[in-house]
Amino acid sequence: MDTTTAIFLSMLIPAGATLTNILFKDYENLRDSLTFAAAIATFGVVLTILWNEGNGTTEAVALFEILPGIDIAFNVEPLGLLFAIVASGLWIVTHVYGLGYMRGNNEKHHARFFACFSFAIASVMGIAFAANMFTLFLFYELLTLSTYPLVAHKGTPEAIRGARTYMGILMGTSIGLQLVAIIWTWVLAGTLDFTLGGILAGKISGPMVAVLLALYAFGIGKAALMPFHRWLPAAMVAPTPVSALLHAVAVVKAGVFTMLKVGVYIFGIDFLAETGASLWLMWLAAFTIIASSVIAITKDNLKARLAYSTISQLSYITLGMALATSMGVLGGGLQIAMHAMGKITLFMCAGSIYVATHKTNVSQMTGLGRVMPITFGAFLIGALSIIGLPPLGGSWSKWLLIMGAADTGQWVMIGVLMLSSLLNVFYMLPIVARGFFLTDPENTGPVSEAPWLCWFPPALTAFGTIVLFFYAGTIVEFLSPIAGGA
Amino acid sequence: MAIVEAKEISHVALSLREQLPALQIVIPLVAAPLLVFLGTRRLTWAITFIASALAFAVSIALLWQVKDGGFLSYRLGGWAPPLGIEYRVDAANAFVLFLISGISTVILLFAYDSVKAEIAARHHTLFYASYLLCLTGLLGLVITGDAFNAFVFLEISSLSTYALISAGAGRDKRALTAAYDYLVMGTIGATFFVIGLGFLYAATGTLNMADLAERIADQGASRTVQTAFAFIIVGIGMKAAIYPLHLWLPNAYTYAPSAVTAFLAATATKAAIFVVLRFSFSVFQPQFTFESLTFEFVVLPLALLAMFAASFIAIFQTDLKRMLAYSSLAQIGYMLLGIALLTETGLTATIVNLFNHGITKALLFMGVGALVLRTNSSFLYRIQGMGRVMPLTAAAMVVGGLSLIGVPGTAGFISKWMLVQAALEKGWWPIAILVVLSSLLAVMYIWRMIEILYLSSPVVGADKREAPMTMIIPMWIMAGAVIYFGLATDITIGAAETAAQGLLAGTTGMVETVQSATQAGK
Repeated sequence: MDTTTAIFLSMLIPAGATLTNILFKDYENLRDSLTFAAAIATFGVVLTILWNEGNGTTEAVALFEILPGIDIAFNVEPLGLLFAIVASGLWIVTHVYGLGYMRGNNEKHHARFFACFSFAIASVMGIAFAANMFTLFLFYELLTLSTYPLVAHKGTPEAIRGARTYMGILMGTSIGLQLVAIIWTWVLAGTLDFTLGGILAGKISGPMVAVLLALYAFGIGKAALMPFHRWLPAAMVAPTPVSALLHAVAVVKAGVFTMLKVGVYIFGIDFLAETGASLWLMWLAAFTIIASSVIAITKDNLKARLAYSTISQLSYITLGMALATSMGVLGGGLQIAMHAMGKITLFMCAGSIYVATHKTNVSQMTGLGRVMPITFGAFLIGALSIIGLPPLGGSWSKWLLIMGAADTGQWVMIGVLMLSSLLNVFYMLPIVARGFFLTDPENTGPVSEAPWLCWFPPALTAFGTIVLFFYAGTIVEFLSPIAGGA
Repeated sequence: MAIVEAKEISHVALSLREQLPALQIVIPLVAAPLLVFLGTRRLTWAITFIASALAFAVSIALLWQVKDGGFLSYRLGGWAPPLGIEYRVDAANAFVLFLISGISTVILLFAYDSVKAEIAARHHTLFYASYLLCLTGLLGLVITGDAFNAFVFLEISSLSTYALISAGAGRDKRALTAAYDYLVMGTIGATFFVIGLGFLYAATGTLNMADLAERIADQGASRTVQTAFAFIIVGIGMKAAIYPLHLWLPNAYTYAPSAVTAFLAATATKAAIFVVLRFSFSVFQPQFTFESLTFEFVVLPLALLAMFAASFIAIFQTDLKRMLAYSSLAQIGYMLLGIALLTETGLTATIVNLFNHGITKALLFMGVGALVLRTNSSFLYRIQGMGRVMPLTAAAMVVGGLSLIGVPGTAGFISKWMLVQAALEKGWWPIAILVVLSSLLAVMYIWRMIEILYLSSPVVGADKREAPMTMIIPMWIMAGAVIYFGLATDITIGAAETAAQGLLAGTTGMVETVQSATQAGK
């Protein structure tokens, strides 16, 4: 299979799964098996691209011209390919988990749920392989639209309110700021193609660079940079598989992925470093990291706590880009994979606990570790990876970011990263400790592990964080072209 | 109708192609009285549909001939301009003709069931006759190259519109007052328009647009010419519902029969905006300071005001039709904004938006019509939850709503992109930001519609069935068009650019017409 076909298939297969979910909405098993097959096939197709292209960058394949000079076009480059591998790989796991959760929890409208879910994955593939900012924006908006029904899934007033916040902030920032930034870029540079080293050097100068960067940074609402982070906790009303895949992997990662793309391929790291336009962004990212960690400590609702943890962890990636150094960008890229693996584990564990006990608050989870050892074990490993302890994947991305900060002499940033790890310990480990070491008579009776479809996937991804620790070098090597390295 | 000089008869009789500009008007014009004479209810709809479809075919043929620039000049009755009436087809108006006749045809498909449900059967013949006359008037307004002839067509379209709106009285008596309001205001507008023409005639002694352009260019901006400009813009502004001359529009759109609302929203204001373009750029010239000042200091603020005020009011409406009517007012603001930029990209944006908003609003109002058919009301609380029982209708409306917001992949996005680009090219970045901010207001009212359609349960008493196929098909034709023109823009942007270049070239194109027409005296 040639790469072009594979790129289109990576979008068409999930889109096809949307269709089969609608067509066979009354045949539960057929429908869900077909989606599972689609997930496997999508992952296979993405791996084919990896096999064909390695970490090379291919020529853009234009589909058609949408405005004079602007095409819908796709290509393969290391960062996008990494994102596609992470998202499609974790789709398989989440689909299995989603089956267990939706059935075990007696949620309604399965067909609609999995149809939107598949469409969201198709949009993510479009984002990952977009060859210019316009194509990326198109799929970015499709992703927002296709996830809206997922957030509003339960149809309760609370879900509707959450979904409204979700939609309002994501749509508002993307149309109100990002679109302006894109059109401005188009007027300045006459192109929107992703080009290594950027397309803006020499086209814009002075404080306007920082203004344009601000339009992008805030316009990419999915990156959850403060003060546009409210949608993320609001979206936690969604069923947990949605939170797991979309708000630990697909949606938020689409945000920071776009952020990295803009930094590396629109502005160019060197251009940012020369102009110092991203310094303010670095400080804002640092603020977001610390502030949301502090908020996370105060949250008793487990999913809300994880949501704020996500906001904090996402800003690591923004920080990496804003450092405007190759180490920072590599660390940011690596963090996409590492955080995805760690956070999806945590969310799936939270969902398992909910399915087994219908408990959502940390304070109610006393002693549950004893009856749900696998879930809590996986949670511990995921948490340690997020904190950044070896031998877990998360330690490497943090390591690279600290190196990047040291490179540029931003000593304060090293302090921020260290402090953040400490705060992570504060809000993550008490959950596990409470589960294992305290006892609550209420939680000893008939409670047991959730169905295997619910505990097996997080166990698998927890194992994945350990594996990633040993393959971090490979990923960094893989990403090196985007940092201009060998 | 088209009597041509004796010498040419043999040639012309053979060539239907040369008669196309006249046929564009003649077909619907003749079909209207034909309906009344035949008086058969059975054939009424069929004849109307065929006439509209033929007019659409003619407009495609016309657009095909002029899409790469150039123009067709047609002498009505064989009288050479400037004395005779001239029909003049160039890229700009061929594109608008295409829009109007195309939308009319699709909406007629939809009207079949909608009109049956909303209007008493004994009125059908007269209703469709008015519809055809309205179509004639709008097409004529756009195609004519004669200023006074434009007034005549303006009146034809307005008078028939009053009748069409009052046809909604069967469902809601307030349609009568809405039509009466429009009658009063429309008449004032038409009077202003004709007074302006009078001044122009006094200053130049001619009524042919091309001739007018030449003579105005020669004699400069005299006070009479300036007065004429003011009267004409205000007069036609009433028809175009330029803020604050819009008061007739919300009620008219709300109480008119659904098919009429869809037709008017998609075409009537668009034709009027086109006349604004024609007069501002072809007859008068933007190089005149009085004109550029008017655009910068009067039209531009009004356009911005319309964008925000109307969108803001739309958010609080409890009737879906009225909400969309206010959204139309905001969109007219966008179109005026493009004109007020006085650049090629700005004009392109306006013409593209003319088209894109036309198809978007036609789609949305048809959707409302389908909801009205099933729930007998367009109030938000009555249509709630209908998205679950009418999935195809609701999905089409979501497509239309996204286009209004300007989500990429829809036609509305292209308009917004062009407009923001035009503002940025001119360095007016606050304007660019205002454009996107106002589209955020659209997010609010459209999302309200989507939430109500999907996230609640249908009320008791609603007919819980999907709309009939005669409605689903035209809706999805439009929805398909909204998506198609959001992705493939060669037709829309291509035609709009040619049109904008032609308009900005100002009199040159027009003057050449007269010269070639005089030379071709044969």
